[in-house]
Amino acid sequence: MKILTGNDLRSGAVTWWNGTGWSLFVDDAVDVGDEVEEILAREVATRRVNVPYAIEASIDASGHVRPAHIKDRVRALGPTVRRDLAVPTADKTGWDWVI
Amino acid sequence: MYQYDQYDQAMVDARVEEFRDQARRRLEGKLTEDQFKPLRLMNGLYLQLHAYMLRVAIPYGTLNARQMETLADIAEKYDRGYGHFTTRQNIQYNWIKLEDAADILADLAKVEMHAIQTSGNCIRNISSDHFAGAAADEVVDPRPYAELLRQWSSFHPEFTYLPRKFKIAVIASANDRAAMRLHDIGIRIVSREGKIGAEFYAGGGMGRTPMIAPMIRDFVPLDQLITYAEAALRVYNRYGRRDNKYKARIKILVHELGAAEYTRQVEEEFAHMLSVGVEPPLAELERIRTHFSDPAFVDGPKTIDRSNPDFALWVDRNTHRHKHDAHVSAVISLKPVGGIPGDATADQMRLVARLAKQYSFDELRVMHTQNLLLPHVRIADLHALWSALDAAGLGAPNTDTIEDIIACPGLDYCSLANARSIPLAQRISERFAQAGRTEVVGELKLKISGCINACGHHHAGHIGILGVDKKGTENYQLSLGGSEAEDVSLAKITGPGFDEDGVIAAVEKVTDVYLATRADGERFLDTYRRIGMEPFKEALYG
Repeated sequence: MKILTGNDLRSGAVTWWNGTGWSLFVDDAVDVGDEVEEILAREVATRRVNVPYAIEASIDASGHVRPAHIKDRVRALGPTVRRDLAVPTADKTGWDWVI
Repeated sequence: MYQYDQYDQAMVDARVEEFRDQARRRLEGKLTEDQFKPLRLMNGLYLQLHAYMLRVAIPYGTLNARQMETLADIAEKYDRGYGHFTTRQNIQYNWIKLEDAADILADLAKVEMHAIQTSGNCIRNISSDHFAGAAADEVVDPRPYAELLRQWSSFHPEFTYLPRKFKIAVIASANDRAAMRLHDIGIRIVSREGKIGAEFYAGGGMGRTPMIAPMIRDFVPLDQLITYAEAALRVYNRYGRRDNKYKARIKILVHELGAAEYTRQVEEEFAHMLSVGVEPPLAELERIRTHFSDPAFVDGPKTIDRSNPDFALWVDRNTHRHKHDAHVSAVISLKPVGGIPGDATADQMRLVARLAKQYSFDELRVMHTQNLLLPHVRIADLHALWSALDAAGLGAPNTDTIEDIIACPGLDYCSLANARSIPLAQRISERFAQAGRTEVVGELKLKISGCINACGHHHAGHIGILGVDKKGTENYQLSLGGSEAEDVSLAKITGPGFDEDGVIAAVEKVTDVYLATRADGERFLDTYRRIGMEPFKEALYG
């Protein structure tokens, strides 16, 4: 699947396109299929998100969204060396798949 | 230390308000990111993996307690309670909000600090010897010259859009503690026949094409220092490549022209610039120099009670001889075993500020090794200082050991990185500390970069590790034999890379080779240079 990610304009926080807006939680990301260019053009124009881009991802057996590349997996959870600063998530297995 | 005059303060204050307006317009949607990005970068504001990152300049690594307290306040008020000290003697905050950025710059300006020219293709923060003004082996304190260069390079209209970023280091002793020859321009202040002047080196650097800077002038008189620097920059600005980012640093120009031809062109430009008259009057250098006069050192005990073995080990590892024999310089390690190299909490910063006031004439330094330093500590106060540091977890006795690892932020924070650096540093320091091997191995400088940009100085490590992306997974190249000191050399890659566990095992193997073959008094680097790469390769891949 293809999902969209970027950074929030005000806070710089990592965000994920959830179909209607931008969420802090990767699990909210939705497959954008072939609408990548259309959504990116619209969202960049609103200037609420910085440099959004499309990435490959998959959904695991538990229904969690898994970005394909390690860089985006680190972005999804936070620094692996400061788990106390991680993005709050219901996915308790998150740190098992990030690396 | 240097204090702003009305011009310095007015320039910094004006820049804060200019940026406040730019950030407001971005937040209101009146500027696109493409329009805003170069403006924020000119003020040290990056966008990294998790948030905006602000890099604050600490000129030549020198600051006072009030400035350090402000850095602590910023960490607490605007960030997540900590900061990261960098290999260029700066500090970075990892969790900054755009809407707070101008307020942070305003707070910095109140204590004569800023983030100007900590990014972009301009002359960056001037770095120097962290022992400057304290070292027994220096010709003079190099910081007045670094400050003069800072003032010359700040907002220099001709050098705001260079082909690439430009880094200058200034030292004043035969012992290089600032990786001087791995800078775009390296300057060593020297004394020749009773006169002070400067040796100039140009075209050094790390990154994807590491180069050691050749000397281009063995003596530039003090009253021509800025003119010569101007000439060196002008030749680079004119002929440095702008068509290829990877070939745009001055090291490529010097390499492709050859040092002799680059030097000839600089000399020609220098002769021309002498007639233009860009050199500031020596009175300005004298004015600056008055800010760097010695504090009121006092006589006292010159010997240290070594009856406490933990204290004695810390003294051996973390103190450095001072030019006044009743004092030492004391390194505050930001490398606790298993910790994150260079990170300090707001509370730790405040403690260090208090100790600087109490024990070091209100002065402290940021070292390019990502540690802090109290430059002027009375030997009589040394045990009390160590006790306070040790109680706060800042007393690790590991300077220049394998625990004292330089590591860039890597893929945990940096958008350019291909692999994580910090977890390797944590695991290697734990492995060696737990096995009791740190002291056995002795001096060993291990440096880790998470990408080819080499912010972790891996090319200059006795052992260097470079993280790369291998088909979407982290992989690490090992290299041996680098040095950033006066015996400067570039490390050579051992062979095929390793995964995370593999590279940690590889570090153990090469230290095993060293321990088995070292001669009396040899450091790891000395043994490597004597026996060469083959025994290490045999242990790793044989």
